[in-house]
Amino acid sequence: MEIGFTTAAYVVAAVLFIQSLGGLSGQESAKRAVWYGIVGMALAVLATLIGPGAGNWYVTLAMLVIGGSAGWYVAQRVQMTEMPQLVAAMHSLVGLAAVFIGYNAHIEAADVAGLDAAGRAGLTGFAALLAHKTPVELSILRVELFLGVFIGAVTFTGSVIAYGKLAGKVDGKAKKLPGGHVLNAGAALGSLLLLLVYLNSGSVLALIGMTLLAFFIGYHLIMGIGGADMPVVVSMLNSYSGWAAAAIGFSLSNDLLIVVGALVGSSGAILSYIMCKAMNRSFISVILGGFGGTSGPAMEVTGEQIAIDAEGVAAALNDADSVIIIPGYGMAVAQAQQSVSELTRKLRAKGKNVRFAIHPVAGRLPGHMNVLLAEAKVPYDIVLEMDEINEDFPETDVAIVIGSNDIVNPAAQEDPNSPIAGMPVLECWKAKQVFVSKRGQGTGYSGIENPLFYKDNTRMFYGDAKKSLDALLPMID
Amino acid sequence: MKIGALAEIFEGENRVAMTPDSALQLQKLGHACCIQAGAGTKAGFTDDAYAAAGVEVLKTAKAVVDAADVLVKVRGPEEKEAKLLRAGQTLISFFWPAQNEALLKLVAERGATVVAMDMVPRISRAQKMDALSSMANIAGYRAVIEAGNNFGRFFTGQVTAAGKVPPAKVLVVGAGVAGLAAIGTSTSLGAITLAFDVRPEVAEQIESMGAEFVYLDFSEQAQDGAATGGYAAPSSPEFREAQLKKFRELAPEVDIVITTALIPGRPAPKLWTADMVAMMKRGSVIVDLAAERGGNCDLTVPDQKIVTDNGVTIVGYTDFPSRMATQASTLYATNIRHMLTDLTPKKDGVIDHNMEDDVIRGATVAHAGAVTYPPPPPKVQAIAAQKPKEKPKELTPEERRAQEVAAFKAQTRSQVGLLAIGGGLLLLAGLYAPASFMSHFIVFVLACYVGFQVIWNVSHSLHTPLMAVTNAISSIIILGALLQIGSGNILVIILGALSVLMAGVNIFGGFMVTRRMLAMFQKS
Repeated sequence: MEIGFTTAAYVVAAVLFIQSLGGLSGQESAKRAVWYGIVGMALAVLATLIGPGAGNWYVTLAMLVIGGSAGWYVAQRVQMTEMPQLVAAMHSLVGLAAVFIGYNAHIEAADVAGLDAAGRAGLTGFAALLAHKTPVELSILRVELFLGVFIGAVTFTGSVIAYGKLAGKVDGKAKKLPGGHVLNAGAALGSLLLLLVYLNSGSVLALIGMTLLAFFIGYHLIMGIGGADMPVVVSMLNSYSGWAAAAIGFSLSNDLLIVVGALVGSSGAILSYIMCKAMNRSFISVILGGFGGTSGPAMEVTGEQIAIDAEGVAAALNDADSVIIIPGYGMAVAQAQQSVSELTRKLRAKGKNVRFAIHPVAGRLPGHMNVLLAEAKVPYDIVLEMDEINEDFPETDVAIVIGSNDIVNPAAQEDPNSPIAGMPVLECWKAKQVFVSKRGQGTGYSGIENPLFYKDNTRMFYGDAKKSLDALLPMID
Repeated sequence: MKIGALAEIFEGENRVAMTPDSALQLQKLGHACCIQAGAGTKAGFTDDAYAAAGVEVLKTAKAVVDAADVLVKVRGPEEKEAKLLRAGQTLISFFWPAQNEALLKLVAERGATVVAMDMVPRISRAQKMDALSSMANIAGYRAVIEAGNNFGRFFTGQVTAAGKVPPAKVLVVGAGVAGLAAIGTSTSLGAITLAFDVRPEVAEQIESMGAEFVYLDFSEQAQDGAATGGYAAPSSPEFREAQLKKFRELAPEVDIVITTALIPGRPAPKLWTADMVAMMKRGSVIVDLAAERGGNCDLTVPDQKIVTDNGVTIVGYTDFPSRMATQASTLYATNIRHMLTDLTPKKDGVIDHNMEDDVIRGATVAHAGAVTYPPPPPKVQAIAAQKPKEKPKELTPEERRAQEVAAFKAQTRSQVGLLAIGGGLLLLAGLYAPASFMSHFIVFVLACYVGFQVIWNVSHSLHTPLMAVTNAISSIIILGALLQIGSGNILVIILGALSVLMAGVNIFGGFMVTRRMLAMFQKS
């Protein structure tokens, strides 16, 4: 096939990918949009396979079938609460693939450099492309593939650690080796020096050394970030996997890779920005890990936490006209989304106005709560985001907080010395009555006392969220 | 332990400190209960009802005092009752220790413990035993009913076949518990309700009850209720003048005035002067809830209802709760029961008089032979200090326009600046980089730009599907592997094949899981 055909197919694929991301602006158009993505991917792969430069069809097809069926199997089996782990795991694959492809480019470049003019003329495909490069272009190529490998390697180990933390296989607390971020900075500096070495000599050792350093950076960076910051971490890694693809695209002179890499990279960057904004923290402070120090003594919390049993909650719910439910990571941990959905169904059947308020950083993945509620068949038009629902709390009879803590902490607004001061929060305490379903009296991820629990209109509904809700369900009539 | 309830001997007192219901709850705490025969009759609880609830009915007061370890009462003990108390016995009732020092001394000398229900500190934990509030609530309600009883018109405005009826106008002075209860009752009867209080922070509460807060033209730094434990404090003479001026304006308009203004430890402030009464319409009613402490109205006669020369009825009863004895007893008995719950922390029927506990320490006025009044200040502040609310400054249209122009200019400046820097860097790169690189670079920059534009429109609820789908399409990196796998170098083929494998997992897994998620989003 001609190179013109392949390029044309790439253009169509790029448009389809953009459409596929643009379609995610609404729930209904999204269902169509994912097909654009699938068709675009199929087109791109096919055009490359029949285009110039491809070979070893059997190996390729065999690998695609094996990999594809593995992916298919996992995608069918995965629980919706396990989405964060799955996404992190997939990022690691992209990262590792980027590292391998970068190495391949290096090997090919070395091979080509060793050939004489006659040999060069006989080359096909990627190698032929390399053969025609001028010395300046070759050094640019080195920078590009070096970058691609670096980002890919950071993404790989970072995602593996993120996966481990999200799946509970690695301790979720922020941990750093002695030396902390100085180590990271040192490793990054080392990589930069190795880049200079590599540029001048093209030595494979420099490349390998840099890869090891990048692996370390990915590992150490993500180890130092705690559980509740995971939404930022995952979207950041998403962004990196895109930039890695773009860098590889540069080194292979493939425009489609560049386009898609840039799309994915900017998507992840925007998601990270939105998540940081929702926590009122800068990107840097998230990366540096943990919550910053306070600027003064925290406001003293007075009063007592008053417990309530299922009967009390049921009585209040039976009397209420409007209810807002605020789910958090605790709901996902307790797998309580089905019970929440059942509660919603029962209350709605009685003509009550039931809605959900979702904070942008609720859960461990951007949009995590929406997916869990959708899985449990909660209609998406009653699931609202913070800005849409925050001003409705004063007219609400009952607010139910299920497994969230920091995102409903009034200290963010009332106490200027609080570590989370200024963070936008759901103002559930303005509702006439608030029930907090919580396992015990502990503090949230940030370790900050939550004055909400001590408010006069707050009642604590202690116990595992799923068990509490299941006890509550038969009493709603 | 045995809890005994005595009959009230004070003239006209109808309430009782134990009801059959509260007795059942007390028994759950492990206590036994007894009551003097006929104690609950006037509040509507028969001896049979008590017996049915497992309460031992004893003939005389002496028998109850002898049998019980803890005595509960409504009114404080008279001297002859106090003399019956023995060492180690506990008495729970209203006591007013500041006014009854001699009695307090007598009781303390006998070695009895006295828990005064009127001394329960005003902290949120103790609300459930705050008998003053529950009695004030009843008084507020009853004040409106009493006013209606003496008022010749409807509360609510009506248009009937027999003509139009204007609504009654009610002014409530003092928005404490009693005032708020009066406001609630009055608004639910349909009257136009105005309310006044010296503490501006209660304006919100008043408005939430459906009444209109009467604002004064007065710029003095407002009182902060937090400093005085939520009670009102005396106001400056200037403030008082402004207040009286406002009341004089209102006096000819209002039909019913309910005054509830009290300052702790002082006689009631005179707020409704004789000249205001004279200005009121014939048939108007004043209910003075502060009558026991001298009254807010100049003309109030405690315990009596009088009619002035210009036909204004002034009700000065001091026993509103007792006039609703059933309701008052139920609430008071519950307050007592909560107090006993706190005194019996293990629910095993053993009283543990913990003097470290803020609430118990505050309410105990005599213990172990000594007078323990006044108590030390509670460890917990009653009400958090009010922070002065900063109001956002109202901007004039010109200022707003100026601000908008400034913001627009700043935005233009930053955008142009960024574009200039970005463009400059690009040009610099273009000077050195070869053309092949630049053509790819243009594609890259444009793609970033398109990405930013597109992603901002993605709905928040679809962020997880967005991540899954970007994940799937980022495995476009497979193209690189496909291009390399045709190489002659075996190492390249192996690495390429592995990359194809991993990208394959991602493509299929990513798209599949996205589809699964999106299919779950359903409209109601």
